Amino acid sequence: MSQVRVLVGTRKGAFILTSDGKRQRWDVSGPHFGGWQIYHLKGSPADPSRLYASQSNDWFGQQIQRSDDGGKTWKPVGNKFVYDGVPGTHQWYDGTPHPWEFKRVWHLEPSLNDPDTVYAGAEDAALFRSSDGGQTWQEISGLRSHGTGPRWQPGAGGMCLHTILLDAKDPARIFIAISAAGAFRTDDAGKTWQPINRGLRSEFMPDPTAEVGHCVHRLAMHPSRPDVLFMQKHWDVMRSDDAGNNWHEVSGNLPTDFGFVIDVHAHEPETIYVVPIKSDSEHYPPEGKLRVYRSRTGGNEWEALASGLPQQDCYVNVLRDAMAVDSLDSCGIYFGTTGGQVYASPDAGDNWSPIVRDLPAVVAVEVQTLP
Amino acid sequence: MIRPMIRVVLPPHLRSLANVDRTVEIEVTGPVTQRTILDALETRYPMLRGTMRDHVTQQRRPLVRFFACEEDISHDSPDVLLPDAVASGVEPFFIIGAIAGGGRV
Repeated sequence: MSQVRVLVGTRKGAFILTSDGKRQRWDVSGPHFGGWQIYHLKGSPADPSRLYASQSNDWFGQQIQRSDDGGKTWKPVGNKFVYDGVPGTHQWYDGTPHPWEFKRVWHLEPSLNDPDTVYAGAEDAALFRSSDGGQTWQEISGLRSHGTGPRWQPGAGGMCLHTILLDAKDPARIFIAISAAGAFRTDDAGKTWQPINRGLRSEFMPDPTAEVGHCVHRLAMHPSRPDVLFMQKHWDVMRSDDAGNNWHEVSGNLPTDFGFVIDVHAHEPETIYVVPIKSDSEHYPPEGKLRVYRSRTGGNEWEALASGLPQQDCYVNVLRDAMAVDSLDSCGIYFGTTGGQVYASPDAGDNWSPIVRDLPAVVAVEVQTLP
Repeated sequence: MIRPMIRVVLPPHLRSLANVDRTVEIEVTGPVTQRTILDALETRYPMLRGTMRDHVTQQRRPLVRFFACEEDISHDSPDVLLPDAVASGVEPFFIIGAIAGGGRV
């Protein structure tokens, strides 16, 4: 029978939750790396026993941990992230030039084919790659040096590269997103990059439709349709049908189009999920009701999913890397909150229940579907 | 001549990272300074590289402090000789995570 493994990164450690395909009873292991911030952990699609975790704190910096046995044991691998060449400057919050400084890894994206190859999205925004299982890291510097880098600016959480999408049909194509710079694409495995932000509108910017500077919170893609992208922007839920060349808004009837997460059903490429958050100054659900919204039409028409979720006095947030889906026949949807709960729905969002609660604030949730 | 072992007290985060107890003993060849202690520590526990000082510049990380014989020596040159009590293993060399708020994490 299939198994599901949920990888949870929190402000104070990592937790691994496992269940059989029924997804009713969950075993919790952890905390792993107790006391450290775990911004992200993810398994290799090519070898599900191979996991990578980003471990950091403000005192002692960055570590990358690797497991070769599905999270039972871990070992620290390489943590030397050095920008290629002269780092140069980006814009600081006040618009003045500020030197690039490595702070942490926000997101790890293992290769679709090779367990030893993994990408890391860093703050200050840069993309790194390891091809030796995380022992050494090299910057894919074409991203920062393509020309718009000096105009990038940090969002409230820092200038982070938080989304890395690998195209299953075209190994040379990668999408990434940076807060607050926008979305970018390479079609030649990282040598050259282009901003893909046409159609985005951000009222906080002097030029709301500028080429870069947009606070993109998250991108999502269904592996069978890599030209169709979905985006949760600071405000606005967006869609592109041409690999990011053009975007249009699909916020439709959402109660608020601010939020962080967005994800796609494993088997229905037009079914997408968001968790609306009240506003950029009030990072909690509207009316104190935690609701996932699902669109079965690729946006614009949304339905609230609330069965099993708290519908009063709920003021948690759901951060950008904290939603994931499994690939069982009945697609499971998972998300974690800053209140320390991880909720799961085994029926594509119709019904929810907490599979663990009272963890430290959840930063990241990833799911592995195991044979 | 048998050189005394240097005793180093690690902060909790680094103990868990290196999977060691509060105090570790290391051998330092040559003069005993901040730099030679950290060099020896990183050689014995490679996972500590980059946690106390920058990989490239070797500058102390901002929220890491070094203490010896009840003195904060964080701002001393890394090549200044440490007190005999540390070099002889009588007093430990302390590596400390600065008390720096915590509201955000």
